[in-house]
Amino acid sequence: MELVLTTHFGNDRYRHADTYEQLGGYAAMRKAFSMPKEEIVAEVRKANLRGRGGAGFPAGVKWGFLPKDLSRPRVLVINADEGEPGTFKDRLIMSRGPHLMIEGIVITSYALTIHNGYVYIRGEFVREAEIVQEAIDEAYAKGYLGKNILGSGYDLEVTVHRGAGAYICGEETSLLNSLEGKRGWPRVKPPFPASVGAFGLPTIVNNVETIADIPWIVTHGGEKFASLGVEKDGGTRLVCVSGPVKKPGVYELPVGISLRSILYEHAGGMQDGKALKAVIPGGSSTPVIRADEIDVGYDIDSMQKIGTMAGSGGVIVIPEGTCMVRALSVLMNFYAHESCGQCTPCREGCGWLARVLRRIENGEGREGDVELILNVCDNMMGRTICPLADAAVMPAQSFIWKFREEFDRHVRDKKCPYGNTF
Amino acid sequence: MSPSFSEATRARFERMLARYPDKEAAILPTLHLAQREFGHLSGEAIDYVATLLGFTPARIEGVATFYTMYNRKPVGKYHLQVCRNLSCSLMGAEHLIEHMSRKLGIKPGGTTADGTFTLSTVECLGSCGTAPVMQVNDDYHEDLTEESIDAILDGLRQEHG
Ligand SMILES: Cc1cc2nc3c(=O)[nH]c(=O)nc-3n(C[C@H](O)[C@H](O)[C@H](O)COP(=O)(O)O)c2cc1C
Ligand code: SF4
Ligand code: FES
Repeated sequence: MELVLTTHFGNDRYRHADTYEQLGGYAAMRKAFSMPKEEIVAEVRKANLRGRGGAGFPAGVKWGFLPKDLSRPRVLVINADEGEPGTFKDRLIMSRGPHLMIEGIVITSYALTIHNGYVYIRGEFVREAEIVQEAIDEAYAKGYLGKNILGSGYDLEVTVHRGAGAYICGEETSLLNSLEGKRGWPRVKPPFPASVGAFGLPTIVNNVETIADIPWIVTHGGEKFASLGVEKDGGTRLVCVSGPVKKPGVYELPVGISLRSILYEHAGGMQDGKALKAVIPGGSSTPVIRADEIDVGYDIDSMQKIGTMAGSGGVIVIPEGTCMVRALSVLMNFYAHESCGQCTPCREGCGWLARVLRRIENGEGREGDVELILNVCDNMMGRTICPLADAAVMPAQSFIWKFREEFDRHVRDKKCPYGNTF
Repeated sequence: MSPSFSEATRARFERMLARYPDKEAAILPTLHLAQREFGHLSGEAIDYVATLLGFTPARIEGVATFYTMYNRKPVGKYHLQVCRNLSCSLMGAEHLIEHMSRKLGIKPGGTTADGTFTLSTVECLGSCGTAPVMQVNDDYHEDLTEESIDAILDGLRQEHG
């Protein structure tokens, strides 16, 4: 099986420039510097590389949204906020292979004539930020960052910017405000970051994994990358499996592999004595599916066809014996806590969802509460500045649609059949 | 006495400032430096950061309160932040939080009388594959069990003396 990213992640020295280079690193950068810029972008387009941050937008297409004229400097921002519950892959890239990301930054910036890059790392990742900073320092020392890179006359500065604890800052416009030293309030779009982004400048925001794929694409060509995946969704993905499976962890797998194979071959199946009940397949914001729905390709379009999403690659495994009301209640507490409060439907709605679920779980649910939840969802969906409200609604609706009887039973019996605990 | 940065922190601050196009962008990193230096972001610390960067204290305060990692109140020497999101809950986090509460004699949000430990619950730490997880100051502790938590807490207590 062809691996794009993780081949050397078992090597403790791979995080250092010397070892990375001995193992073939920074060759793609040299190659890119000998290519016409448009050709680099064309290869990325051919690669069918879809954004790995959650929305799945084709990277090459996004890059094309930058204004044509070069009168205003442009900025590249790497989204290393990794806040979507169930997702823990960017942490792995940053701690085991930070130079993949850095080389991707150099190539992307060169191709798009960008001279300033920022890596926005969630504040909790203190150690990862240190490792990335050390790797950046090494790249400067080797002349791969800074002035006149490889004698090409091309300059690039890269700065690590740490977040400070706020899930919403993973949303790209919130992230830009946070980078600028403001509260992390999402911005109204348009204008989109490609025209008005960081510091008022045209900006490309890409996820860590998306950018780390770029060197391989330059080395092997876009078509080869595309061929690893499925139509319109190329390459491999870092799939994060959590919950009571035998081998939880991050697996690099070809896009389109079946979810069943992810769970039962790669993650080793359920822990002894546990049976599968449900899966949240792409991070906590994606619709839950039942155990009998896992024969599906893990790619953006196939997942969408069955009404869910591959999202950020976070597969959360829920075993039989889990109270779905309690599980949803945990998630809604999270969204209520993380709503930035700018939009009434989101601020009020997330609060309502959390409160009503808590009372249902505690055996204090009233008749009509389940309908109330669905109504609140209808009033939130698509009516807000950013997609956080939708991100709360998707699990809420899907949990009820797929496990309605559990919610009704809580209300009817005035207690949790699972004993109010995990 | 009003707080101020040590020489070393001051030098870090200057180097950091040079990386950004304006002083506003330096607010978050400066708050990180201040919290590290002063332990928490008191009113005086906020005033100090405001003066350093040339903004009103209200402006700095507005940013500081938006982000959960900035502590406006003192926290214990060791800040135990246990993840309570879904993957960790599925792997037993709720029981571990109860265990820690009992052991330390404090509820989440509380600090032990000797100021050694503050216990908090937090949202997903981005480490769900090794759930349950907690962050103690800068470091993650993963695959937690009651036994491993006991060992960690006892170890920290000894360090504290
Ligand atoms: C509430 C919310 C949280 C998000 N969190 C993240 C995140 O932690 N990391 C990330 O890369 N993208 C996150 N995104 C997606 C970003 O807005 C954006 O689409 C992404 O960074 C673009 O990069 P990509 O095209 O390479 O995926 C989030 C979106 C929303 C609405
Ligand atoms: S949808 Fe929610 S998180 Fe997004 S901007 Fe509105 S209030 Fe803030
Ligand atoms: S749910 Fe606890 S680290 Fe993600």
